[in-house]
Amino acid sequence: MFSKLSYKQQRIIIIVGFLIVPLGLLATFSFLPVANMFWYSFTDWNGFSEKEIVGFENYVTVFTDPEYFRVFAVSLYYFFATFAQMGIALYFATILSFKVRMKNFFKGVIFFPYLLNGVAIGFMFLLFFQPDGGLDTVLKAIGLDAIITHWLGNPDMINISLAGTSVWRYMGFNFIIFLGAISSIPNDIYEASEIDGANKWHQFIYIILPSIKIIVSLNLILAISGALSAFEIPYIMTGGSNGSATFVIQTVDTAFKYGKIGLASAMAVILLFIVIIVTAIQRKFFGEEN
Amino acid sequence: MKAKYLTGSVLKYASLILGAIAAILPILIVFFAAFKTGTEYTTTGPLTPPSDWTNFENFKRAFVEGNMLTGFKNTIIILLISIFGTTIIGSMVAFVLNRFNFKGSKIILGAFLLATLIPGVTTQVATFQIVNGLGLFNTMWAAIVLYLGTDIIAIYIFLQFMNSISVSLDESAMLDGASYFTIYRKIILPLLKPAIVTVIIVKGINVYNDFYTPFLYMPKSDLHVISTALFKFKGPYGSEWEVICAGIMLAIIPTLIAFIALQKYIYNGLTSGSVK
Repeated sequence: MFSKLSYKQQRIIIIVGFLIVPLGLLATFSFLPVANMFWYSFTDWNGFSEKEIVGFENYVTVFTDPEYFRVFAVSLYYFFATFAQMGIALYFATILSFKVRMKNFFKGVIFFPYLLNGVAIGFMFLLFFQPDGGLDTVLKAIGLDAIITHWLGNPDMINISLAGTSVWRYMGFNFIIFLGAISSIPNDIYEASEIDGANKWHQFIYIILPSIKIIVSLNLILAISGALSAFEIPYIMTGGSNGSATFVIQTVDTAFKYGKIGLASAMAVILLFIVIIVTAIQRKFFGEEN
Repeated sequence: MKAKYLTGSVLKYASLILGAIAAILPILIVFFAAFKTGTEYTTTGPLTPPSDWTNFENFKRAFVEGNMLTGFKNTIIILLISIFGTTIIGSMVAFVLNRFNFKGSKIILGAFLLATLIPGVTTQVATFQIVNGLGLFNTMWAAIVLYLGTDIIAIYIFLQFMNSISVSLDESAMLDGASYFTIYRKIILPLLKPAIVTVIIVKGINVYNDFYTPFLYMPKSDLHVISTALFKFKGPYGSEWEVICAGIMLAIIPTLIAFIALQKYIYNGLTSGSVK
């Protein structure tokens, strides 16, 4: 097309031409919102009014008004659930790294939930947790009637049920990542260890775990920001009612339901800071090895 | 020794079967319910299969009344434009950043890196004002520009892959007088094919399953995508779970087909796409 131009001229044209749209999109939809968010967070803006600067008032509200900081507690459920999620994923990834019949079937089935639409999953589990629904029927069949409760009605249970749904949804992702990491361990290491008399447990502790240590810790650290950002499953299933509002649900409601853009921006800024700190820690500790 | 090996084996398969049941059961219950009539749904247990497997009434209702048809149409349009745009944008940026070393190239790379740290859901508070200000609220472009401007994973996938494409290819093409654009179009882009497959898969999963972007920016019912069309079932069909179940199945079936057809690529795509 412009082969008549010198490479030096072409270079400039290509650099500018290829970057201008992507950088424009990046600036408009990734960085400008963050900049605006900082600015809004110091105002009392409701979306229509004049923006009046209120200093740190919004931040003070988030950390002192129990209605707002209470939601951090909900995040803990998702945080601890992630440990279960990692454990299960690691267990199945290890098992399926060795010789197993119908390996591809099990691999596919365990992974498949991750691909599903979040709304579909939310509805599926609304049904599953209903009184006399799927879960209750299974529990009755195996004689565990005693533990049946209103899975989404009981305020002590609701967050466990929702976090459990979250585990069901995301476990397959960790599983496939761990499986990939384990499969990159060369086979002769196992063979050599077998000659030395190692059993499967030894192989797990001394070969598999050390080689995937980094990817496991990386995933665990990401769990902190993941737990704080939990949104879809609880929003779709309960809308945050009955004490199941997470930090993000609270933020979205504050902004779009109650029109407190300034306050919601302060909440978003806080979350952004936590995520950045967590990521910085992760990069610092695991950056070099990656 | 042998007995111990046997117990281990039994435990292994028992846990695998248990895992498989846990993964399948919630889906199976929905699958059963989707074929049941209203009375059958209320009178039979969730694990009882439907009496008539040819009862497609619920699917018909979900598809037509439930706006799923519009949902599919809009999802496909948004999906195609987003995937095409992501591939073009991602490969262009990767080409320039990988092949040219210029003032500011490090900063630009850093800017794209930094953007992945921003948690998408929360910044919506401010993103909403921008999208609204640009007059994109309640248009498909709201979702499209957000998918193109905020989810930059494609750039990494392409950048990683570009490292493995030898610069000597560019150089020999330049000896033949090819322009930089020709090199990008005729040499780099075709060689990026495996990376493009990865991008299509990662992006495809994200866009098909995304809920909050269409929910916040395209509330108009003509603009519903699969996620939001399904979400709407919650109100009017609140008591008609058999119709909701048919809707859930309609949303799941394309995923299942894609998974069975592209299994290998999906596994590889996710494993390579996740390494940031």
